[in-house]
Amino acid sequence: MKEDKYFAGIIKKPGSSMTYKTYVWRDGLKPAWIKKNCINCLTCYINCPDHAIKVDKDGNMAGHNLDYCKGCGICAQVCPAKPKAIEMKKE
Amino acid sequence: MKRLALTGNEAMAYAMKQSKPDVFCGYPITPTTDILVTLAKYIANGELDCEFVTAESEHSVASILYGASSAGARCFTCTASQGLALMHEVLHIISGARLPIIIGSSSRSLSSPINVHGDHADFMDMRDTSFIQIFSENAQDSYDNFLQGVRIAEEARLPAIISSDGFITSHNLEAVEVLKDEIAYKFIGDYKTPFSILDIKNPITINPLSLPNSFMEIKKSQADAMRQAKKVIPKVALEYEKISGRQYGFFREYCLDDAKVAIVVLGSTAETAQLVIDELRNKGIKAGILALRVFRPFPAKEIMAALSNCKVVCILDRADAYSSLGGPLFVEVASALYKSKSRPILLSRIYGLGGREIDEEMIKNIFEEIIKINKGQKLNEFGYIGLKK
Ligand code: SF4
Ligand code: SF4
Repeated sequence: MKEDKYFAGIIKKPGSSMTYKTYVWRDGLKPAWIKKNCINCLTCYINCPDHAIKVDKDGNMAGHNLDYCKGCGICAQVCPAKPKAIEMKKE
Repeated sequence: MKRLALTGNEAMAYAMKQSKPDVFCGYPITPTTDILVTLAKYIANGELDCEFVTAESEHSVASILYGASSAGARCFTCTASQGLALMHEVLHIISGARLPIIIGSSSRSLSSPINVHGDHADFMDMRDTSFIQIFSENAQDSYDNFLQGVRIAEEARLPAIISSDGFITSHNLEAVEVLKDEIAYKFIGDYKTPFSILDIKNPITINPLSLPNSFMEIKKSQADAMRQAKKVIPKVALEYEKISGRQYGFFREYCLDDAKVAIVVLGSTAETAQLVIDELRNKGIKAGILALRVFRPFPAKEIMAALSNCKVVCILDRADAYSSLGGPLFVEVASALYKSKSRPILLSRIYGLGGREIDEEMIKNIFEEIIKINKGQKLNEFGYIGLKK
């Protein structure tokens, strides 16, 4: 019998969700990082529901991964820096 | 072949034992508890080597089996009525994930009001869950159907429920011919899973998120499996006949060849009706029975062919669909007959709800009605049998 590629929706390739760029869900707003205000607390990293905050190998905030950012605005909301280090901007 | 005195439940448990499940998970519920108890005894006696998991609810039973089956285990359970209804959410997930888990059941009414007796409400309630659904007329059927059900489910890669009438079949002691263990297991064979979530060399994702760009194709593939199951069922029946000498089809016909009037019925009532047919035939009345065995996949074409010579057919439902369109079996048989050239007159009669008695006298009355209609008298299309005034 020929293999049914739709069988139970099983995915055989690991990591395939990487190919699905969820930024298409964004609705007009995207976050912008203002590096000079950032105190590097990583509150945004902990709170982002889409793992779209980049952290470099030394553990420092390194901006947004806009391929997977859905533009929810949580990171901007929770950022404790004064003035804020993340702002939501029109696309 | 050995003959044993077994209840319907015990016959099913015997078939389960011979099929050597890896995992049995259950939660007791009337009238299927005996299946679970009998299986537990087999394990305690050392007659069966199987992981026996007790869960805190039927929802958990189905979820545990979902996990075990995903890992590649042959999985059975038993349940009915509220228990089966509580599993409902997970039943769709099991069938969507194409896991051939098999439920042994004895059908019972659904609350409210609460009633523990037999009718087919629970069986009909799951008719869109994509389970293969097979019904038994007696304890022998319960045994034979369960063994065949394992083969059918595993080959079609769909789950199955094998049911019988609660109490009437599940609790009555009957003479049941059982196969030798080796012969039964040779027929069943080892379970070969096409995947296992524990196979770390071949990692896979099961039950993934599927958005509008893939969902429909996956569901169509599932529907194809049910169409494919229609081919598997007669093939398995033929193999089973070779080892048991007993014949099974999508349904059993009794005096249907030349019948002008007939009833369609599911379960033990077919045997009661048979006695009435003998009497009617002696009087020269051409009456017959179509005793349905396989409800899913629904054998529409075959039913149409079998009933095409009838003038009037009464479909007996031991459940209501509350649709104002007649019983659930009636609606499906009517759909099956839409393409028939001869289009028999169809009647829907609901009977036996919550274990209400159905006897020969009542079935005789139905045939009297059918015969009147055949002679041109107008009668209600929808109605009940044995309803108090
Ligand atoms: S806007 Fe939302 S999704 Fe995007 S980076 Fe911020 S928290 Fe994450
Ligand atoms: S929450 Fe604000 S301050 Fe903290 S790391 Fe993120 S951007 Fe920088």
